[in-house]
Amino acid sequence: MFTYYLDLALRSLKRNKALTALMVLAIAVGIGASMTTLTVMHLLSGDPMPGRSATLFYPQVDPTDSPKPDSQPRDVMDYRSAVDLWSAHRADRQALIASTELKLRAPGVNLPPQMARVLTTTSDFFPMFSVPLRYGTAWTPADDEQRSRVAVISSDLNNRLFGGANSVGRTVRLKDSDVRIIGVLAPWRPSPQFYDVAGGRFSEGKTASFYAKPEEVFMPFSTAQDVAGSEFNVFTCWGSVEAMKHLQTAPCAWVALWVQLDDAAKVAGYRRFVADYAAQQKALGRFVHGDNTRMMDLMQWLDFNHVVPSDVRLQVVLAFAFLLICLCNTVGLLLAKFLRRSGEIGVRRALGASRGAVFAQCLVEAGTIGLLGGLGGWLLTLLGLWLVRRQPVEYADLAHLDAGMFLATFALAVLAALLAGLVPALRASRVTPGLQLKTL
Amino acid sequence: MEIGPILASLRKHRIPALLIVLEIALACAVLCNAVFMIGARAGEIRLSDAIDEQGLSVVTLTGADPERASSEIPRNLDALRRIPGVQAVAVLNTMPLSGNGWNVNFTTRPDMKPTDKGSINSNIYLMSEGADRALGLRLKQGRMFGSEDYASSTMGATFAPETHVAIVSERLAGRLWPGQSALGRKMYMDKYWYQVVGVVADVLRPTRAGAGLPGIYDTVFFPMQPTDVLNYYVLRSAPADRDRVARQAEDTLARLDPGAVAEGKTFVDMRGDFFSGASSMVWMLVLVCVVMLAVTAFGIVGLTSFWVAQRRRQIGIRRAVGARRGHILSYFRTENFLLSAAGVALGMVLAFGINLYLMQHYEVDRMPWYYLPGGAIALWLLGQAAVYGPAHRAAMVPPVEATRSG
Repeated sequence: MFTYYLDLALRSLKRNKALTALMVLAIAVGIGASMTTLTVMHLLSGDPMPGRSATLFYPQVDPTDSPKPDSQPRDVMDYRSAVDLWSAHRADRQALIASTELKLRAPGVNLPPQMARVLTTTSDFFPMFSVPLRYGTAWTPADDEQRSRVAVISSDLNNRLFGGANSVGRTVRLKDSDVRIIGVLAPWRPSPQFYDVAGGRFSEGKTASFYAKPEEVFMPFSTAQDVAGSEFNVFTCWGSVEAMKHLQTAPCAWVALWVQLDDAAKVAGYRRFVADYAAQQKALGRFVHGDNTRMMDLMQWLDFNHVVPSDVRLQVVLAFAFLLICLCNTVGLLLAKFLRRSGEIGVRRALGASRGAVFAQCLVEAGTIGLLGGLGGWLLTLLGLWLVRRQPVEYADLAHLDAGMFLATFALAVLAALLAGLVPALRASRVTPGLQLKTL
Repeated sequence: MEIGPILASLRKHRIPALLIVLEIALACAVLCNAVFMIGARAGEIRLSDAIDEQGLSVVTLTGADPERASSEIPRNLDALRRIPGVQAVAVLNTMPLSGNGWNVNFTTRPDMKPTDKGSINSNIYLMSEGADRALGLRLKQGRMFGSEDYASSTMGATFAPETHVAIVSERLAGRLWPGQSALGRKMYMDKYWYQVVGVVADVLRPTRAGAGLPGIYDTVFFPMQPTDVLNYYVLRSAPADRDRVARQAEDTLARLDPGAVAEGKTFVDMRGDFFSGASSMVWMLVLVCVVMLAVTAFGIVGLTSFWVAQRRRQIGIRRAVGARRGHILSYFRTENFLLSAAGVALGMVLAFGINLYLMQHYEVDRMPWYYLPGGAIALWLLGQAAVYGPAHRAAMVPPVEATRSG
């Protein structure tokens, strides 16, 4: 029966090509716009560490002297708090995070010096975030301890400097120090660059920078204290200007800490540990707010920072409003189309077709339009994503259609068309055969 | 025109009528909000800036040896000045729209802490001698810095300039001392104090961070002798020369200091980069509006055509009993007018609701009321334009149609 209905649907679609084209086009642009924005949204709002994110936590304390006791802890910590918490080694894994930009030269490579984005962290960073290495290895806790002059470089930088060859053992000059390359990353593109996320709530929704590519150079946090001096990216400072001469002792927030806690008991234990630490620091007179601590897991932290840019979310809302308009349009046109065939439907009903059969036949026709619209929508989605890739935004290179979204495109199109076909099909199935036959 | 028969006929075609109303309502709601957002973003992109943006080129020089800054900066400025077409050069710690903010909280009383409420977050520009000419700053009150101001101002170990003179933007002057003259007043940062010697027309900040769009003009200028924090070289030339000047300036600095990283750009490009996100959003919104209006118009054409085809016989009868073509035309136009009126009435409510929702969940402001009637008129005109074709075809139905059956 289905194939017969399909045949009827195709015949009917061929009969009025302009109307069919109009309906298919309306669905196609609606689907194209929705799926383009939805794909971008899907890529940006996903879990950057699937399966692991629930074990990754972001502890925070409040070292500020701000008079408002209800204020949130700063997004990152001061040097001393972060290093104290890190060196206690109470979590399964822990990594300090601070970033900087340093001048980079590669001896023996004929390229002008460039400014490289540098992530300074500790050895647990690589296993904790499953960072893939192409050549060599990451550094060890001993390197953290000994302030070894070592670095891991990104695959992009390795391509640029060394043409993609194994560069382990070579030396690069960072600012005024030589560091030895001990590892080269395989291509690694977390979305967002979650370990660096902070300050999202102050960005007024302009958070595209969270989706930048990972840094080009990774080096031990301890080594970087010697190499970079005070040249770190600072989140904020408070207190007296005089105290800011040395970043390590300054009232400035610039170091983040990520910890991995594998079960609920450890999470509770670590919360207690952070709270105890803050209380102890208050007793020592270093903290004003001893009870202002917080520890979110990875996804909570991303949510808290509203990582998905508000423009992207706005575009999704707009696109779906647009799809709704396209659907209204399709409902109207389908209604026109079915009712114009009232005579034909009357004959079919008179010859014994049940209401259900007429209804099913109309829905098959609507579904066929949906399928065609889905095809057009898929092409328009590809076009839309191509346009997104050409935008000067940090997440541009991420915009690709994956298998799930490809299927979703057709599912959404057919669903939309069936929904649009529901009322017209119902109306068509109610056609009274007698009345129609009389006017034939 | 009698609207009684039209309403009676619409009552018999409730679903298609409702669909047109709904479509127009949705389109009106989306159009109002989209146009409002386009306006807001276009306003941002066109934010005024009281410097000679068209003639400026900027070269950043990073990674130079800080120890030699006091000798290398004058040498670099000299070399840049010799580039043909360059009218003035100077060096600053950052530039408007560069993305590199120097945000500091200032207070108007010595006993206030920078973290207190009432302190104002501003960007500080540290500038070398001649930067007022190089940037094209427009002095509104007081004086520019003198040579002795530049010579005596140094950078302490922190980010606070060791000087006692400052020039503020008009906007910041108004915010720090509302309704009073800023000249001669002191502003404080912790234990540092600065006396305002001049007020300049509003210059943009390097970033929005700090105070967002309302604080985008909160800027303070300080004189500074050649120091390592000054690494934004700015060159002023005729607009026609700027691309060449930017290129040559980059080459010059790269040659003079091969160990450092020099990057040249025209200011116009810097502005373009800064607002690239906003402008791509504007284009996307424009595209959505155009396609949406087209879809809506085609929908109206499609449905009205169907309507006309369905009523050929009735139209024929009306023509046969004396109705003129104009009557038929105005029948369909009035019908569309009524549907549009219902649609935009619903649409305006919807637009207002969407705006409230967006205000709550996204960084969107309240939409001024005049966007609502604006959107309504646009949709009403669109409806009239879309209905013209089918209505014209209806008017062409000959009276003889009345005698044909079916």
